[in-house]
Amino acid sequence: MSKFKKSSGTSQEIPTAALPDIIFMLLFFFMVTTVLRDKTIMVKQELPKSTQLSKLERKSLVSYIYIGKPNKVDQFGSEPKIQVNDVFVEPKDIIRFVNQEKDKLSEVERDQITMSLKVDVEAKMGIVSDVQEELREANARKVLYSSLRRLD
Amino acid sequence: MAKGKSRPTAEVNSGSMADIAFLLLIFFLVTTTIANDKGVLMQLPPPPDPTQPPPDITKNQKNIFKIQANSLDKLLVEEEPLTEVTELRGMIKDFILNFGKPSAEGRALYNSLPASLRSHVNSRGRRQDSSDEPKEAIVSFKADRGTSYELYVQVLDEIHAAYNEVYGARIGLSAEEFLLLDKRDPEQKAMYKAAREGIPKAVSIAEPNKIGG
Repeated sequence: MSKFKKSSGTSQEIPTAALPDIIFMLLFFFMVTTVLRDKTIMVKQELPKSTQLSKLERKSLVSYIYIGKPNKVDQFGSEPKIQVNDVFVEPKDIIRFVNQEKDKLSEVERDQITMSLKVDVEAKMGIVSDVQEELREANARKVLYSSLRRLD
Repeated sequence: MAKGKSRPTAEVNSGSMADIAFLLLIFFLVTTTIANDKGVLMQLPPPPDPTQPPPDITKNQKNIFKIQANSLDKLLVEEEPLTEVTELRGMIKDFILNFGKPSAEGRALYNSLPASLRSHVNSRGRRQDSSDEPKEAIVSFKADRGTSYELYVQVLDEIHAAYNEVYGARIGLSAEEFLLLDKRDPEQKAMYKAAREGIPKAVSIAEPNKIGG
């Protein structure tokens, strides 16, 4: 490209002073839109995909139950397990967990509690229905089967 | 830095600022997850009362749309095997909008439907062996303990999709647009209520079989 002659005194550099600002903007975007993981998920989580998704309106009313194959298969076996808060539990402990979660809410909101079931696609209905039976007993009947959007 | 100038620049070198910001950005990208709070909502039935005998089923069989799934993830829909889950949506829609033997209330509901749904009823519905009217129609889904969760969610999704399509069509929206209605906004809430008026979403999730089949 010898056609283009260097012009005499002007600087050829692109001003990069605004670059940090751009990056900071990106940084703040990610900081605001994401939440820190507050518990370690110890089970495999590949959520199912569906099209008719509803969004939860109040996050404070939501409690999570994770079901799936444990990540540490040699320690916990390969059968799907239920995880709440940071521990594995049996289905019969779900009622206690629900009551604990309800205690965190105010009186009027207790019956609006929503249980978000985050279940791995490989899990079978047996374990899921055991959990559902307990949720019915515990009177936490609003259930969200957490899933991702399917594009088709 | 400009070479031709003789006096030294008084600026602080801020070239590495971008690198520092990048480092922070990558740290946050790695340590955070985008909150995923979406899914298929369901209301579970109240627990059975041990002092009361189980209620007798008084519904006419033709008002119940039966979906069963076995442990091999095979579907049985209205006693016929079905291989494509996605066909369920249309079948359930036909079932809800059958109007086989509507009561006075059902006929009033039919007259309130938009023309597109009425032509759907007249072309696909009016069958004597399917539901009498939307108010009576119940979709029953029974899974086995060995059914995979993936299939379970897919079937639930199809059931919801069928209902949402009907609701959406009543107020001139698609199923997706109907789901996006914001219930905190009074105007949209009124639309939501108008769409659901007279067509209850009656989905029954039966307790699964104990024996795999």
